[in-house]
Amino acid sequence: MSTNGAKPKLAMYWAASCGGCEIATLNIGEHILTVDQVFDLAFFPCIADFKVSDVEGYPDGYIDLCLFNGAIRSSENEHMAHLLRRKSKILVAFGSCAYEGCIPALANLTSRQAVLRTVYLDNPSLDNPSGVLPQTTTPAPEGELTLPAFYHTVKTLDQVVDVDYYVPGCPPESHQIWAVLQTVVAALTEGAPLPPKGTILGAGQVAVCEECPLARHEKTIPRFYRPYEIVPKPGLCLLEQGLVCLGPATVCGCGALCPRVGMGCRGCYGPLPGVVDQGARILTALASVIDVTGKPGDNEEELARRVQDAVSTIPDPAGLFYYFSMAHSLLHRARVADNQ
Amino acid sequence: MSTAPSSPKSQERIGVYVCHCGSNIAGVVDVKDVAQWAGRELAEDGVVIARDYQFMCSNLGQELIEADIKEQGLTRVVVAACSPHLHEATFRTACQRAGLNPYLCEMVSIREQVSWVHTDRDLATAKAKALIAGGVERVAWHEPLEPLIVPINPTTLVVGGGIAGIQAALEIADSGYPVILVEREPSIGGHMAQFDKTFPTLDCAACILTPKMVAVGSHPNITLLTYSEVERVDGYVGSFLVTIRKKARYVNAETCTGCGLCIEKCPVRVVDEVFEAGLGYRKAVYRSFPQAVPKYPVIDTEHCTYFQRGKCKACQIFCPTQPKSINFEQKDEIIQVEVGNIILATGYELFDCRRIPQYGYGRLANVYTSLEFERLCNAAGPTGGEVVLRDGVTKPKTVGIIHCVGSRDSKYNSYCSVICCMQSLKFAHLVKERTGAEVYNFYIDMRTPFKDYDEFYQKVLAEGVHFVRGRVAEVTDAARHPGEEGKIIVQVEDTLIGRQRRIPVDMVILSAALEPRRDAQEVAHKFGIACSANGWFIEKHPKLDPVATMTEGIFIAGCAQGPKDIPATVAQGAAAAARVIGRIHQGHLALEPVRASVIAERCSGCRICNNLCPFNAISFREDLGVTEINPALCQGCGTCVAACPAGAITGTQFSNEQVFAQIEGLLMLDFSGAPRGAAVRMLEPALS
Repeated sequence: MSTNGAKPKLAMYWAASCGGCEIATLNIGEHILTVDQVFDLAFFPCIADFKVSDVEGYPDGYIDLCLFNGAIRSSENEHMAHLLRRKSKILVAFGSCAYEGCIPALANLTSRQAVLRTVYLDNPSLDNPSGVLPQTTTPAPEGELTLPAFYHTVKTLDQVVDVDYYVPGCPPESHQIWAVLQTVVAALTEGAPLPPKGTILGAGQVAVCEECPLARHEKTIPRFYRPYEIVPKPGLCLLEQGLVCLGPATVCGCGALCPRVGMGCRGCYGPLPGVVDQGARILTALASVIDVTGKPGDNEEELARRVQDAVSTIPDPAGLFYYFSMAHSLLHRARVADNQ
Repeated sequence: MSTAPSSPKSQERIGVYVCHCGSNIAGVVDVKDVAQWAGRELAEDGVVIARDYQFMCSNLGQELIEADIKEQGLTRVVVAACSPHLHEATFRTACQRAGLNPYLCEMVSIREQVSWVHTDRDLATAKAKALIAGGVERVAWHEPLEPLIVPINPTTLVVGGGIAGIQAALEIADSGYPVILVEREPSIGGHMAQFDKTFPTLDCAACILTPKMVAVGSHPNITLLTYSEVERVDGYVGSFLVTIRKKARYVNAETCTGCGLCIEKCPVRVVDEVFEAGLGYRKAVYRSFPQAVPKYPVIDTEHCTYFQRGKCKACQIFCPTQPKSINFEQKDEIIQVEVGNIILATGYELFDCRRIPQYGYGRLANVYTSLEFERLCNAAGPTGGEVVLRDGVTKPKTVGIIHCVGSRDSKYNSYCSVICCMQSLKFAHLVKERTGAEVYNFYIDMRTPFKDYDEFYQKVLAEGVHFVRGRVAEVTDAARHPGEEGKIIVQVEDTLIGRQRRIPVDMVILSAALEPRRDAQEVAHKFGIACSANGWFIEKHPKLDPVATMTEGIFIAGCAQGPKDIPATVAQGAAAAARVIGRIHQGHLALEPVRASVIAERCSGCRICNNLCPFNAISFREDLGVTEINPALCQGCGTCVAACPAGAITGTQFSNEQVFAQIEGLLMLDFSGAPRGAAVRMLEPALS
């Protein structure tokens, strides 16, 4: 792809994100030197001083590889997504926020107004007596001040622009990032074939259980526990012990980091290939193994109550099952009254 | 990661056929409009022809489809008519005749799901269109499938040696095929062997049953395993591998002559709770009844002096055979048999009348259960057929018979136990005949259907039996009025005269409900079938397939399927046998290829699905760390497909692509008549 011996151009940008993806990328260790050898940085606000105007000045397609992390939360995020799409040959939705919406997209369970209210009005550490809320334009003696518009609904990168590849994870594991970079580098420098467009890179093909060392058996779960409620028995599948683990519904690649240390998988690597809705998948799976086995003649209301009791040991099912995938799920968002 | 499958639809040539079903569908749905709409609006989805016809299922209707397949080169067929349960096979066969793989045909139910449940013609027509659009989108994703052919082992296992199992075993054995009959008790015969007379003909139960029992015992094609239980069932239709526990009898069947000397010499008397319903005694080494088949006794180790205290051995000492037939060292034996089909005829259990304390059973001596009364009036029973009170001598002067005890009662069983009315009439007749007592029958409704049953009722009426319509409130020995002392009083509202009555009697017989065996659920699970909410085994179709189950190769007969009388039980036993014989004759069976399968490379071995299969088709391969589905056991129910969190299980005919395509089709038009895509677009504001 590179011509005239010039090095290919690399960009990494953060939209609505925490910066963890950048840290994970820099955490590839000595391989960062290879990255520096192979690429010229074109845009990387976290580590180098570029301006948006620099990017705007590039010819279209100037950037060979753009790792775009963060969800689309504001008009600025969306603007940058369109800009970087135009300037990049390969645009990667990098990390859970860009790929699936991640934590920012949990705001899709509520409304824009409620988010602003919480942040600017109801927050106990806040002093905002006149109830000032951010405005897109504010007149000031020096002229008009502008802020990006805060959207009602958080979107994934591929819901606003065309995306070439996805790299899952919150954040993606560094060894997986390096593997992805190697694939792209091989394509750019040696002409190796790129994977088909739309491929999920840096993840496996099966569920986290494949990488999980805990012993698994047939499952019947009479109730669920929150992590602080029990100390799990070592060596035994957490789900079987009643700790919600999204491992069975989550694609592997992370090495089952969380279950290895007694914390159920939160599902940050997203669904398996071909699965449309990760939350719905874990929901039906858990519903199948809830054990309130009845017998003929049991009172149906009693059975329903027992099912309800078991289910209500999961206090926030939407937040738990769609922890990372809300924006990309079939649900996309909750229908709330004050949407605007 | 889009929900919209990239459909192969443009390549397919789809025919849509809309059935009028006389006025069943056309009365509510504008079928002509639906057909025209489909031809016009679904053309870009591959529909090349859309027709409506009076009766698609008629020969002419089928020929229409066949002709179109041949002449128009159809590659897919959608029939919008009744439920696939009724006519899917018809239309699949029609496609097959025309050279199209039968599984490329999709049925859309616009009768059960549209015309029969809606009245608004416009909305019903719109819904029919939406369903057809779903069918068209779906059928494009269908794959040609081939049925799974499995060979049928000619040996049949019959579980339960009551009259249903006996009949089934004899029918199959008589037609020349081997049968293995397993019975839990020491003898076959079941409940019928305990009865004295049978309604409405009053012939002796033993006289008509024992010849059949003997026939089973001596039939060269029947292997009889009494005092045995099925432990485990592996495999699938055509080749089940069944593990059976032969409980130790402590009697060697090879040498025992059945002389009965051991029984005579045994010093221990035990109340016989099973066969004599607690009214009589048996020995610790015993035969259930004189005509028991097989004739070999068993030793009841719980009561045997030798087993309890280490000495006695009277039975062994007096055994006249050489070598001795009593073997205290005998152990349970586990055997495995291979069979092609299984008939479950495990019968029923009697409702425990103690559960209705106000009827006094277990507290008032002269309150009897129906089974106790059967033994009481049985010529071979504990009283030699004398109807007497518990003191063993006094003949009752007045007898009350209470119907529906534990049946038709929302507190116990809401169903009707079917046999109690006729059984109670039989009791009334027998009491009259044996004692001349006054007899009162307390009934809710008199149910005497079937041949000669109502005639029997008329006969008992003519004999002077009193009938009081009303549910009995209480059976008590607390006398309130003169004449009640020393009697049992039946307190009842006589609903025909609208008054409370207290009727003093000497004896009360409770016509107890028939209930499923207490281990029915466990047995059902073992054999991969299901129980209804009441606990009876569920048949494949309540009317048209009453002895088959949803599991291929497992049939049911008799009261295990639901309460029924002897003629119906015998008929079911024979019916189940006929189904099995038909299977054996075919030699092999073509199984529906609608099956779930695990994509092994996607399975992480999370084991969520492992205990969900109602047909025991799922097993875990420890060596490979993945789950497997046995295609011959799988019935394609889809439970595991839905449960798999990784989407690693796929169901033919129910793939994600098929289901999502169908949903896309359903959403193609909205009900306000807006153009296609409107409903999908309605969702879009949420996205922007």
